[in-house]
Amino acid sequence: MLEFIKQPWPWYVAGPIIGLIVPALLLLGNKPFGISSSLRHICAACIPSGIPFFRYNWKKERWNLLFVLGIFFGGMIAAYFLTDPGPVKIAPQLATDLAKQGITDYHNLVPADLFNWHSLLTARGAILMIAGGFLVGFGTRYAGGCTSGHAIMGLSNLQWPSLVATICFMIGGFLAANVLLPWILSL
Amino acid sequence: MIKEDNKQFPKPSEDEFTEEPAADTGKEGFHIRFLIAGIIFGIVFTKAEVISWFRIQEMFRLQSFHMYGVIGSAVVVGMISIWLIKKFHIKTISGERIEIQPKKFNKGQIFGGLIFGLGWALTGACPGPLFAQIGTGATVIVITLLSAIAGTWVYGRFRGELPH
Repeated sequence: MLEFIKQPWPWYVAGPIIGLIVPALLLLGNKPFGISSSLRHICAACIPSGIPFFRYNWKKERWNLLFVLGIFFGGMIAAYFLTDPGPVKIAPQLATDLAKQGITDYHNLVPADLFNWHSLLTARGAILMIAGGFLVGFGTRYAGGCTSGHAIMGLSNLQWPSLVATICFMIGGFLAANVLLPWILSL
Repeated sequence: MIKEDNKQFPKPSEDEFTEEPAADTGKEGFHIRFLIAGIIFGIVFTKAEVISWFRIQEMFRLQSFHMYGVIGSAVVVGMISIWLIKKFHIKTISGERIEIQPKKFNKGQIFGGLIFGLGWALTGACPGPLFAQIGTGATVIVITLLSAIAGTWVYGRFRGELPH
C-alpha cells in the first residue's frame, strides 16, 4: 500500500479526489472551492491601504487562509514522507526540448535549474518567478478566480462565465509555453 | 474622503465579499476542518504532480494527457456532486441550506484569464500549487507567492481603471 502511495498518482486517482473537494467544502461549511481568493484576503489583512477592494471583513474568510496553510503542510508531508527519491518522469518530447535549453535536473517537481535563489537576480529567473508570480496574482483576481474557482468549481456548477475564463487560461498558457517560454529560457 | 473613493470605485456586482458583520465563527474548532481539508488536498496535489512545472509544460505543449485527465475527471466528479446536492437538497453538517453564488460574466474573465494563463505557464503553478511547492522545500517560491500577492494588490488598486 505504502509502495503505491509513494509512486506518482495517476490522473484517474487524483482527479476524482480533487473533484470531491467541491462537495467536501460545501458540506463542511457552505464554502465554494477557490484558492486565489486567499491572496486577496492576505492583502485585506496585511496591506489594505484604504483600497475599497480590500475593505471587507476578511476574518469571515479565515477558513480560506487555513485551507491554503493546509495545502502548504500537505505539500510538505507528501514530499518528505510519501515520495520515493528519484527523478520526476517527464514526457520524452519535453525532455528533448528542455535539454536543448540546458534544463536537465528532474529531481524536483519545481526544476532546480530554473527556480533557485541564485537565479532570482538573472533576467530568466526574474521573469519566471517575479513577473510570472505577478501575472498569476493579477490575472486570477482580474478573472475572479483561478483553476480551482473557475475551471473546477465554476464548471462543476455549469457556469458559462467560468468556461470563458478557463478557455482564456488555456489560450494564455499555450501562448506562454510555446512562444514566450523558449525565448525566456534562452536568456 | 473615503466615501468619495467608494463612489469612484463602485462595487462590481461580481464582488463576492460584503462588509456584513462576521457570523459567529470565531472559535478555532470551527476552522480546523478546513486546515485538514487543505492538508489532504495539498498531499493529492503533490502526489498527482499537479504542482510540477514539468506537468504544466506537458499540458500546454500537448505532450501528455495527465493534466487534462486530472482536471477533466475532477470536473466530472464535482458536477455530479453538485447535481446530487441540488437534487436531494443536501444540507451542510451544521444543517444549513447549501447555496452557491452564480458567476457573473464580465470582461475580466477574458483579460484576466489570458494574463493568468501566461503566468501559469511561466511559473508552472496556479495559486494553490504555489503553497504546496513551498511546502515541498522549494523555498524560493516564497518570492513568487509574494509577487502574486503584489499582483492581487495592484489589481485591487487599479481595478476602477480596468475594463470589466
